[in-house]
Amino acid sequence: MNRDDEHVKPAGEMERLETLEPELREALGNFKASVDAWSDAMMSRPREAKAPAKTNWSAITKWALGCVVFAGTVSGGLYQNHQQQEAAKVESARIAEQQQRAMDAAKLAKTDEEDLMAKVDSDIAREVPSALEPMASLMTEDDTQGN
Amino acid sequence: MIKVTAQEIAAQEFDSVVSSHRPQIFRFLLASTRDVDLAETLTQDCFLKAHRNWSNFRGESSALTWLMRIAINLQKDHWRNRRMQFWRHTRTNAVDLDEASDWLPSGERTVEQRMLARERVAQVWLSVENLSERQRTVFLLRFVDEMELKEIAAMTGMGEGTVKAHLSRALAKVRREFGKDKD
Repeated sequence: MNRDDEHVKPAGEMERLETLEPELREALGNFKASVDAWSDAMMSRPREAKAPAKTNWSAITKWALGCVVFAGTVSGGLYQNHQQQEAAKVESARIAEQQQRAMDAAKLAKTDEEDLMAKVDSDIAREVPSALEPMASLMTEDDTQGN
Repeated sequence: MIKVTAQEIAAQEFDSVVSSHRPQIFRFLLASTRDVDLAETLTQDCFLKAHRNWSNFRGESSALTWLMRIAINLQKDHWRNRRMQFWRHTRTNAVDLDEASDWLPSGERTVEQRMLARERVAQVWLSVENLSERQRTVFLLRFVDEMELKEIAAMTGMGEGTVKAHLSRALAKVRREFGKDKD
């Protein structure tokens, strides 16, 4: 049996304020009195005329506009940041390429110099022409040592 | 001789219905919602709906019964719509139990008696808050509006037996709250 059903009384005497136990009766009487007083006070208070509830399109538009501006600002900022990053990448690639070119040019220049020096060396180290050979043979070993 | 049209008579009748029953409708809605603004809005909606359907009112029940039925349905619709919303757990502008209990007339009581009475009223508010929607409606119509079971049955659209059962269960819950406090 439901616990609540314990309090079900026969029809007629049921749930009349007078039939309730004194404490509950008093509490319910006070409850009614407080609701009556509250309701009367609220009914008789001066009230401001309220505009009928309507959709506040102005506020909605402001919000939507605000959202668009915010989204635009954020996405603009992000785009700008992205662009800057891209530009920095391109710039660093360009610098790296320039450096590489400079290094290649230096290497090439060095190779050319070495080739030139080798050519010069080879030119200087050429054998004595045969026309001077008789004069060379006239010089004794002692002459050369005496000097 | 002044000619009074049927429409004018109906408008006059409706005006007198509004002025005589508005306080009762508002009181019931205020007790049900504990929210002054909401009670006012629902009262206004109730009379607006009644005005639109006034020509269909056949007088089979009293005007108060008919109006109260509209008010009960509006209140039900309001809670149902709120339940559909994701912020359903937030209450509206309902005042808290202590504030609602502050409206107890002081009468001839001593300060101590007043405080005790106020505490008891707050307990009743708490019990009412914990009742099911139907139990609350039946309880308030019985103990605030002092309606007969037959009238409550007509207003709520329930059978008299069902009204008795709801009322009995509501009272049992209120008694339990009081019992808890004594323990």
